[in-house]
Amino acid sequence: MNILVCVKRVPAPGARINITSDGQQVDTAFLGFTVSPHEECAVEQAVQLIEKHGGDVTVLTLGPIEAEEQLRTAVSTGATKAVLVPIDTTDWDPQRTAQAIAKVIGELEATNGKYDLILFGNESADSCGYQVGVRTALKLGRPIVNGAKGLDIDNGVAIIRRESDAGVEIYKLKTPACVGVKEGINLPRYPTMKGRLASKKVAVDRSESSGETGGLKLITLRRPPERASNTVILGNGPEAAPAVVDLLEELGVFK
Amino acid sequence: MTVLAVVEHDRGNITSASLGVLTAARNLAKQMNTKFEALTIGANADRLSETAANFGATTVHQAHNAMLTDFGPEAWGESIAQVVRKTSPSVVIGTGTERGHEIIAQAAARLDLPAAMNCLEFDKDFNGSQPLKVVRARWGGSLMEESQLDAPIKLVTLANHVVEPQEELATSPATISAIDVQLDESVSQSFVQDRVERVAGVTLATSPVVVSGGRGVGSAEAFAPLEELAGLLNGVVGCSRAVTNNGWRNHTDQVGQTGTRIAPDIYIACGISGAIQHWVGAMASKNILAINIDAQANIVTKAGYAVIGDLHVVVPAISAEIRRRQNK
Repeated sequence: MNILVCVKRVPAPGARINITSDGQQVDTAFLGFTVSPHEECAVEQAVQLIEKHGGDVTVLTLGPIEAEEQLRTAVSTGATKAVLVPIDTTDWDPQRTAQAIAKVIGELEATNGKYDLILFGNESADSCGYQVGVRTALKLGRPIVNGAKGLDIDNGVAIIRRESDAGVEIYKLKTPACVGVKEGINLPRYPTMKGRLASKKVAVDRSESSGETGGLKLITLRRPPERASNTVILGNGPEAAPAVVDLLEELGVFK
Repeated sequence: MTVLAVVEHDRGNITSASLGVLTAARNLAKQMNTKFEALTIGANADRLSETAANFGATTVHQAHNAMLTDFGPEAWGESIAQVVRKTSPSVVIGTGTERGHEIIAQAAARLDLPAAMNCLEFDKDFNGSQPLKVVRARWGGSLMEESQLDAPIKLVTLANHVVEPQEELATSPATISAIDVQLDESVSQSFVQDRVERVAGVTLATSPVVVSGGRGVGSAEAFAPLEELAGLLNGVVGCSRAVTNNGWRNHTDQVGQTGTRIAPDIYIACGISGAIQHWVGAMASKNILAINIDAQANIVTKAGYAVIGDLHVVVPAISAEIRRRQNK
């Protein structure tokens, strides 16, 4: 089976997110980059599926040319092919992104045949738009379910497990289908030595794309107001235990 | 020119997030000097019209189709799209939940309209005719985005817990408008096919006490004293992403942006530095006690209470003190 996983390159922030002076993006001068967590798990899920059923996993990203690094990381953990859709600006709005991705997928499928599964992250870690997967699936005329915390394939049917307040919901989609994956579906593996070698050698195909600007326009980013910090230090080391238990009693959590 | 609130429900049971949406829609409609209408999806939700009316909806649209017996994101999204085409509201507000984001995204895709998810605020000067300025949450809430929705119909989801639900009856009884939506097989696949109901009990999301461990715990085995303390306080154990990534605990225990958002009476964070992705999952806690060797750790500076010291010694000492008082 053939699986396509769409991933996004996002900054890996530490304790504080700084914004550039023009307010248009996260200041990444001192930050590394990573694959958005939900998508990292989507890659792992795809790799597990082809280990079981055979086939190829292609990773695709729409992003700056530096996003090649994230594609190679995905290959080092088991993906077999990589496609970069380079864009010049930092971020495209969701409508434009979905239009461009759907166009590239259409071209890839015209040569290679349809992907049985196209996986997305449930939402990107940085912009949290919750819609690129849904919009892309609709353009491709394929069903999609988000929030997958379990995904298997049985006789051409994708079986999706999703958590709700009441328990677990099961969805079934005939392939070709799209799925939005959530972190926790698996524990992504670390790159293997073989994977690292493959990631150096893999050809990263480039697909040009375009899309019309959508109707959601960024004005500025800002940090939420910080809470005044006045931490009460209850003590140092084990000697603080009585003060802690006093606090627990005061809060009514220990009687 | 109206504001339409999309009621989220599970087989006829309204979700708490919907009540915030009904309240926000009414407030926005007042500001725009227009009417606030609600939409329920599926005949099993018809009875929720009364709830919507109690929150001030002047009209409740009831989307009907034999297919709509359970949740299905594509059928729900298509239903919203058809009602929106028919009623042309200025603004459509959905819940900022997994289902809410998904069905608003579905509706937006079908209407080829933009959508802004997880909105925290709407422009106070918005009157319906200009683009809608919103403030929405990025990075799980650790960054805010001011943006503008430029479209004839503005689709948004309201971040959960941002608006306190408040009932307010409309001056006249709500008009009920039943709308038969046309659904075909293209949306028929993605319904819930089966369920595994959760066994009743305290979960990470609902427990009043959460004892959580981070990288500083060091190993899966070293969580035993945290388990013990949680047990003594009738709480549950949580963890940070570093812990799940190391395979020490299951992802179901993870607190954070991509894990569980919690709001316990007290969150005891042991050996957790407090990276932003973790903090956004824990920041709604009523009280936070950080136990950390580093007095400068992010979580220590943000917590209400802290103990500076090695969790491997401090946590057992707290458990011992609890036992001592219990035995008195």
